[in-house]
Amino acid sequence: MTSRPELQAPPEIFYNDAEARKYTSSSRIIEIQAKITDRALELLALPDDGVPRLLLDIGCGSGLSGETLSEHGHQWIGLDISQSMLNVALERETDGDLLLGDMGQGLGIRPGVVDGAISISAVQWLCNADKSSHNPRLRLKAFFESLYKCLARGARAVLQVYPENVHQRELILGFAMRAGFAGGVVVDYPHSARSRKEYLVLTCGPPSISATVPKGKDGDYESCSDDDIAEDDENQTVRMAAPRKRQKITKRGKGREWVLKKKEQMRRKGNIVPPDSKYTARKRKARF
Amino acid sequence: MRLLTHNMLSSNIKGVINGFPLRIEVEKVVEKPVDFNPDFLKNMFSKIEWKPLVDASRTMGYAELPEEADASMLDSHDFLQRFHHALLELHLEEGALFCPETNRRFPVNKGIPNMLLHEDEV
Ligand SMILES: C[S@@+](CC[C@H](N)C(=O)[O-])C[C@H]1O[C@@H](n2cnc3c(N)ncnc32)[C@H](O)[C@@H]1O
Repeated sequence: MTSRPELQAPPEIFYNDAEARKYTSSSRIIEIQAKITDRALELLALPDDGVPRLLLDIGCGSGLSGETLSEHGHQWIGLDISQSMLNVALERETDGDLLLGDMGQGLGIRPGVVDGAISISAVQWLCNADKSSHNPRLRLKAFFESLYKCLARGARAVLQVYPENVHQRELILGFAMRAGFAGGVVVDYPHSARSRKEYLVLTCGPPSISATVPKGKDGDYESCSDDDIAEDDENQTVRMAAPRKRQKITKRGKGREWVLKKKEQMRRKGNIVPPDSKYTARKRKARF
Repeated sequence: MRLLTHNMLSSNIKGVINGFPLRIEVEKVVEKPVDFNPDFLKNMFSKIEWKPLVDASRTMGYAELPEEADASMLDSHDFLQRFHHALLELHLEEGALFCPETNRRFPVNKGIPNMLLHEDEV
């Protein structure tokens, strides 16, 4: 069994009325999505002048991410493929305008008009072929090309994604670059399985002079700062927990338990790791 | 859907060269007050296609926008208020949008345009 929604059904089916309601009534999800959106807004690095901007929320769902944009005073247009999620957004009276649409068909937005775009926990859905007519590569291409086009020069898109593995991450990033974006991946809490979040931070064309770029993050992709970790309550709790039992390190090597744990860690980071079997960490015969 | 969104939307159908502006068919318009923010309007003005906004607001029953506008008018409070009302407070609640080239109909229900394309339109 898999817990990844992306592997269970197409998004417009998975996010049906029941799931849309369940999703939006979970206080844990509401809090997490708000936190992620706050971080995405920070990475969007809009000019710090208090002027509300026109933003796009791609895969806006029931409007949890959009509500954070409204709290910061911005106007936004949300796009989602699930009518059920959008119905919940209507009930919640979100301030943004909503569109029923499929990002894989390209965003039908005029060129150069959007001040910034966010997408929270949605773009990895494009990596799946949910219909025989679906080609993930063509859909990623259509999405990123249309996103690039509709952004104002120098504007950013920040996409928080849950790629299933390193291959998906590279696929998504590859199509972003091919569309003309500059940028990379910012990983927060890389060592925490639960809190680990990754953001594609993409810039459209040469950065405009007016855009303020957060120092230290640019050119510092694939990293995360210590204060970020220190701020994270979950991480602190983990740190303060009783020290784990020391792994036994015998003369024969680090042992099966250790290997299994390391493999699990690598998997969580999205690396491709061979499945565990009875051969895993088995001592080899001394043939020679 | 507000006219801000209408002014940004363009038909995405394969083969369509100029999908903007989508023609509006009105069944029901609602007005919802929005906080007036001149900074937002001034920032947006250069991105707005004025004629389509004037036409769209007229279709929605609001005829108070000047035929033509330039940035110097942004100093006028009266102008900004009309611009604000047309852009942010008029909602197309029920109706449809039509692609200007193919006349394909995109229904609007409960204020949400359905922009999903059929497979042969992608
Ligand atoms: C985990 S939810 C996140 C919703 C919202 N951004 C939030 O933070 O709560 C993912 C959303 O992506 C939407 N989605 C998935 N594939 C999509 C596609 N191809 N086009 C538009 N939306 C899509 C789903 O319908 C779902 O509402």
